[in-house]
Amino acid sequence: MTSETTPPKRRTVRAATRKTRRLYIVLAGMTMLGLAAGLSLFAMRDSLVFFYTPSDIVGKEMKPGQRVRLGGLVAQGSVEKDGTTVRFVVTDYAAELPVTYTGILPDLFSEGQGVVAEGSMLPDGTMKATSVLAKHDENYMPKEVAEKLKESGRWQEGGEQ
Amino acid sequence: MMHRFANPTRFMRVANVILPWTAGLTLLFLAAGLYQALFASPADYQQGETVRIMYIHVPAAYMAMMIYASMAVASATSLIWKHPLADMIARASAPIGAVFTFLCLLSGSLWGQPMWGTWWVWDARLTSVLILFFLYLGYIALLNAFDDPARGAKPAAILALVGAVNLPIIKFSVDWWNTLHQPASLAKMDGPAIDPSMLWPLIFMAVGFTLFYISVGILRLRGEIAGARIRNLRLGMTHG
Repeated sequence: MTSETTPPKRRTVRAATRKTRRLYIVLAGMTMLGLAAGLSLFAMRDSLVFFYTPSDIVGKEMKPGQRVRLGGLVAQGSVEKDGTTVRFVVTDYAAELPVTYTGILPDLFSEGQGVVAEGSMLPDGTMKATSVLAKHDENYMPKEVAEKLKESGRWQEGGEQ
Repeated sequence: MMHRFANPTRFMRVANVILPWTAGLTLLFLAAGLYQALFASPADYQQGETVRIMYIHVPAAYMAMMIYASMAVASATSLIWKHPLADMIARASAPIGAVFTFLCLLSGSLWGQPMWGTWWVWDARLTSVLILFFLYLGYIALLNAFDDPARGAKPAAILALVGAVNLPIIKFSVDWWNTLHQPASLAKMDGPAIDPSMLWPLIFMAVGFTLFYISVGILRLRGEIAGARIRNLRLGMTHG
């Protein structure tokens, strides 16, 4: 009478191995996929960045007229306004790059603030921007708290951008 | 334990008891969260009143990713263990996730214009979230591309799993590459960079959105289960 009890038992065992196999296929598939995605993103890392820092550009000997997106902090005391034309210096504390821009600036634009300027390089190594975007940091707080932090000297200007 | 609740009928019995509670709590949390976000919380030192967009944008972004993650887990469960309920959970979640992703993109765009000075840029964070939105739409389209809804389940589940690769890319895009989007404020090693007066409304909104997802999810699951039952009855009639 054992022949009557074995078939269902064997079926459950087979079902279990099929499930295990499917589990391994899914796990292996996801691992390969993650690896492939990781490698391709790593290979494309230069084109995935939204902007270059002044150090990236100053070291690179850019051709005049080459289009570039520059990101960094507006250097303290560097903003000069002349009508609608603004001159300022973008810095990452390692290198600096002067920028000229004619047009409307975003409200957040100020010295010490993060900016992303898009434009082309001029022969003298400065940049002529056609658009300026403001970047804000990851800190959120009411004005009173910000002032208290500044008073107590625990304020980091610009912070990590 | 898992098998006990994997039975759709038994699951729905529990879900129907939970539903009035989650629905009520959704209203409570969203009302309290919106009041705090729009009236009681302070303006930001830098962004002023515009910061209030954050209370919609950040929870919507969290929901977009959380719902996709649960869809991917449900899809894996459906592929490996063939639980019919897992498949239904993934199906029921997709449109809710798509709407939250759209809300995230829309509120982000409305926030970007006054703060950054642009509605949209193709930086890594914004682009990867747009891809997430298309993944949701692709999943829904694939599910409905077959005359027999049961046949769409497997390819859609595979798409949901493949798309899950995008989730860590969204999360870490602001750390791996230069982006216009600022780095993470909440998930930081040294604690959130948000003042408690602004963090609480944000948490209330996130809890409210999550409860909303659970409530609408239960309603949609009810529909999915009823739909499957009707199809089975029809099949029974034509064959029997």
